[in-house]
Amino acid sequence: MIAGILDPYRYDFFTNGILVATIAGALCGLLGVFVVLRGLSYIGHGLSHSVFGGAAASAVMGLNYFVGAGIWGVTSGIIIGRIARRRLIGADAAIGVVTTASFALGLALLNRYGQAKKSIEAVLFGSVLGVETVDIIAVSVVAILTAVLVFGLYRHLLFATFDPEVAQVSGIKVSWVEALLMGMLSLTILVTMRVIGTLLISALLVIPASVARMLTNSFSRMLWISPLVGATSAFIGMNLAYHLDTSASATIILVGTLMFIVVYAVSGLRGRSRIAHIHHV
Amino acid sequence: MTAEILVECAHITCAYDSTVAVHDAHVTIHRGDFVGIVGPSGSGKTTLLKAVLGAVKPVEGHVTKKPGLRMGYVPQVESVDWNFPVTVLEVVAMTRTTGRFFPRISPAERAEALEVLERLGLGGLEGRHIRELSGGQQQRVFVARALFHRPELLVLDEPTSGVDVRTRHEVLHLLADLHDDGVSIVLTTHDLNGLAAHLPRLVCINTSVIADGAPIDVLNSDVLEKTYGAPMEVLIHGGMPIVLDNGGDNLARRLGEIGEAGK
Repeated sequence: MIAGILDPYRYDFFTNGILVATIAGALCGLLGVFVVLRGLSYIGHGLSHSVFGGAAASAVMGLNYFVGAGIWGVTSGIIIGRIARRRLIGADAAIGVVTTASFALGLALLNRYGQAKKSIEAVLFGSVLGVETVDIIAVSVVAILTAVLVFGLYRHLLFATFDPEVAQVSGIKVSWVEALLMGMLSLTILVTMRVIGTLLISALLVIPASVARMLTNSFSRMLWISPLVGATSAFIGMNLAYHLDTSASATIILVGTLMFIVVYAVSGLRGRSRIAHIHHV
Repeated sequence: MTAEILVECAHITCAYDSTVAVHDAHVTIHRGDFVGIVGPSGSGKTTLLKAVLGAVKPVEGHVTKKPGLRMGYVPQVESVDWNFPVTVLEVVAMTRTTGRFFPRISPAERAEALEVLERLGLGGLEGRHIRELSGGQQQRVFVARALFHRPELLVLDEPTSGVDVRTRHEVLHLLADLHDDGVSIVLTTHDLNGLAAHLPRLVCINTSVIADGAPIDVLNSDVLEKTYGAPMEVLIHGGMPIVLDNGGDNLARRLGEIGEAGK
């Protein structure tokens, strides 16, 4: 049985894939804490779609993927910020307009000059089993950088997320903190999109942090529980995907969702028993 | 001898885009002051408070602070996200960012935070989530956070807004204790009888400063009508002004008439 479980590890494509997926799970889980607590779930989803436009344009123009998609992602973020600042329409609508337009432009470019169907599938689900060394290095570097920044600037990030107004008055450059978070989010999407796809990025940014939130009332504990949940669901999901012969991205999302359901049910029961206890006092 | 000036707002005008929120206001905060800023909604109270804090830059005039002045700010509790995952201790410690690079709260910081919590009657609650506290305790957690900054000047925005009478008393007594301990205090409030009338000094504002002085001097019909744009009567009871809202009386009379007509 153990031999069966270890069977996929004989293949380099699997070990590379599970390594990148697990690191990406931890990375998205860590950043997801800020995404969920700041109500930015839609931005993570939108930016990952927006970067697709840059990826398509760079493919058509023969540019390096990281350069093209990176420039596109940053430009989209700036345009979203500018539209939202005018306050005529909300930030959510600005994200909707810019990111869907960007996605549509990418699609049109691929329709005209490339293989649209294949590329869309690659963007949505990634190709975690086609991981190259450059992907492992890129995801690892961004994960280490993000961990250093999040733990290094822990109190700045906590203060600016919990109470931006007072943080500003207390001398924290809240706009810098926000720019830093957006930069880390863009970088994360950039290095993980080709590997795990936009659907899995969106899921890994939201599900582990939501599970962690239900498990703890402490911000610092959330910062280690969420990456752990992200990495665990990616690791288990990859193994299951191999044995069940299912899509790696879809299986990872389903494992995360299962964890969410279990924790939701248990925390609900715990809450009810607490209320029952109070009634019996 | 005049007390040291902590903050001086010298004829400041503050505006948001083309809307003037504060016009030509001159307010000076001295060490040892306990000042309440009163006025109707949209009168510029919070803008003046933010100018004192340095969060709003005046378009005219200037704000001068004592060099190195340490200020603690307590926002309205209504603006707090009570579902945010933070414990009482995490809230108190989050303000100290300089030189602190990791989540761990050092033993020295912890001891200091626990001392502040104990002083505010929150001993033993450091591990609780902020939502699990009573209204008065929640307000005191944010005062504790401001005090952890070791402020010379404590600035509070509507500290008794949306709280019950008991919590209001708790907050008032806490602020009086802090003032006795040497902390200078500036706050905004809508509560004329329950809070403002008890303070040593009031600034009445309606875009411009209408009056600045002791409650017994500034809480009079003339100033209040200029400040609130509505007629108000003031009774003096036990040496303290009590503001009567005539609009309410008129409403009661009207409703009484409607009740009579209904019979």
